[in-house]
Amino acid sequence: MLRRFLLRRALLGVLVLWLVTLGTFLLFFVAPSDPARTLAGRQATPEQVELIRHNLGLDRPILVQYLDYLNRLIHGDLGQSYFSGESIGKLLSQDFPPTASLVIGGAILWVVIGVGAGVISATRARSLLDRVVTFLALAAVSMPTFVVGLLLLYFLFFQLSMAGAPLLPPDSYVPLTDSPGEWARHLILPWITLAMVQAASYVRLTRGSMLDILGEDYIRTARAKGVPEGRVIYRHGLRAALTPVVTQLGVDVGTLIGGVVVTESVFGLGGIGQAVVQAFVSGDLPVIMGVVVLATTAVVVANLLVDITYGLLDPRIRLT
Amino acid sequence: MTLTEIRPDAVTDRTIAGRSPWQLAWARIRTDKVALVSGLTVVLLCLLALAAPLIAAWNGHDPDEQFRDTGITAQGLPIAPNGTFWFGTDRLGRDLFIRVLYGARVSLLVGVVATGLAALVGVLVGLLAGYYGGVIDTVLSRLMDVVLSFPYLIFAIAVVSIAGPSLTATIGVIAFYSWAAIARVVRGQTLSLKEREYVEAARSIGCGDLRIMFVDILPNLLAPVIVLTTLLVPAAIVFESTLSFLGLGIVPPTPSWGNLLSEAQGFYRVAYWYLGFPAATLLLTTLAFNLVGDGIRDAIDPRMERLFSRRGRRNRRDRRDRRRRRKGA
Repeated sequence: MLRRFLLRRALLGVLVLWLVTLGTFLLFFVAPSDPARTLAGRQATPEQVELIRHNLGLDRPILVQYLDYLNRLIHGDLGQSYFSGESIGKLLSQDFPPTASLVIGGAILWVVIGVGAGVISATRARSLLDRVVTFLALAAVSMPTFVVGLLLLYFLFFQLSMAGAPLLPPDSYVPLTDSPGEWARHLILPWITLAMVQAASYVRLTRGSMLDILGEDYIRTARAKGVPEGRVIYRHGLRAALTPVVTQLGVDVGTLIGGVVVTESVFGLGGIGQAVVQAFVSGDLPVIMGVVVLATTAVVVANLLVDITYGLLDPRIRLT
Repeated sequence: MTLTEIRPDAVTDRTIAGRSPWQLAWARIRTDKVALVSGLTVVLLCLLALAAPLIAAWNGHDPDEQFRDTGITAQGLPIAPNGTFWFGTDRLGRDLFIRVLYGARVSLLVGVVATGLAALVGVLVGLLAGYYGGVIDTVLSRLMDVVLSFPYLIFAIAVVSIAGPSLTATIGVIAFYSWAAIARVVRGQTLSLKEREYVEAARSIGCGDLRIMFVDILPNLLAPVIVLTTLLVPAAIVFESTLSFLGLGIVPPTPSWGNLLSEAQGFYRVAYWYLGFPAATLLLTTLAFNLVGDGIRDAIDPRMERLFSRRGRRNRRDRRDRRRRRKGA
């Protein structure tokens, strides 16, 4: 059963991946960017531009280029950057760790904050605490990510350093393998930024879903048979209320792998998002394709994990 | 007191009039202090934005004028807020107060126009999908799913790298990303509304599809669309600022809150006002819009949860009283 499910989802994932690469490829050729001309520089003769175009393989028909790309992709070769000539595999393996560290660490933080605040809000609905939490969540959605980041930098880095306690560094990324302590220290502010912005929607989601669930018959049954309130809320209620939260988490983590550009650039972490912005501006197709393939794979895998988690969380759901 | 003592006109003293749902909603929102204050803030901000050229003419500071003598320190740094420059100056010695005001024009324009476009497309698509169902519904619904699950920033980057950053591109990108949320809600409502008796009645007297969609169904959709639209405006303003921050939105020297903040990024250590005032204005605006949206939702649909409800306040008071009584007893 599970094997068939996994097989079908894997096939679906490959289909999605194929469609997305096709779309990106077409989009690239619609765009008026011409990497050969950019690469040749201003003083290049038309012949030189033509030669570069030929060397990059850009003078072939689009279909041929696309099939060639797919063929190499199947063999695990993502090609080389037009500009630096570096292999995309190597580029991505440099840019992926900062992004993954940021997103995964941030996700843990925002789930803990968001779900925690949501449960508190739901179990004390209409209380002052609920109102404060709801208002803070509203304030957090009202703020752009980079403003949160810059404010944190101002208060927690700059003012703290001025006060003689430079506890948190402003930017840059330290690999986990170099020094786990430094890695975490450099990521604290980015994590908080991401978590503050994301947690808001999780508070609302958890609160709403929790209020629904707590009104269900089986919760009343549990209370009636004398299950302690804490156990009712966390073991019976929260477990079922988490389903929409997990869905949202899958979507968010998946899309953020390619889309934490803002947090990455505020804190100068490098990473996938910044790489793709640069590639788009300069018209570096292999880099764009590499990132798109990676980001899509992340979305597909995240959604698969979500579906598997459903079955574990809510016994009423069967994987089919 | 006997019955005969009641004056016959006693009843007619109090006129009893039926109130439309909109009158009821208005009556509810009038008692909602948070929504009223937020609404007033929004109106005030819009007036200030409209009056920006007047204010600039009055204090004599053009938004692009560089005050090299008075607006910048000897080290070439921005100067702090003072009597001449209320919000201080920016890195080129320009008046930040005037630039924030002009930025409001752009940011509010983008927010309102993009959301308006999104509402138009969303309502149209949602009506079509919900009313006709079948293949049309399937295709349109899948389209909404795709738009809603797309990493929008990547999409925005792609569009801007093709079209170049501009006001139109910014509005287009935001509208493209926002319509699907409205379409989804409209579709759902239409699905249930089209089964109502009055629609059947309209059909039985020979009304066409278009008439039923726009004359019979559409007015009943206004409430959720108004609420969603009010809540999408602040989201659009945040979106604009993010795009401009990344250099993909409004291009300087035209000030928008996003590119003001983007410029301020390098100066946050030496000039708190450079970052602080645009950020505070932006936050005030989006928060006010969000609170107004919540207020309108509560007023239109009283079944929904209220953030600052009178009932909540009364409940709290009752609980407190009960506690006191118990303590006293």
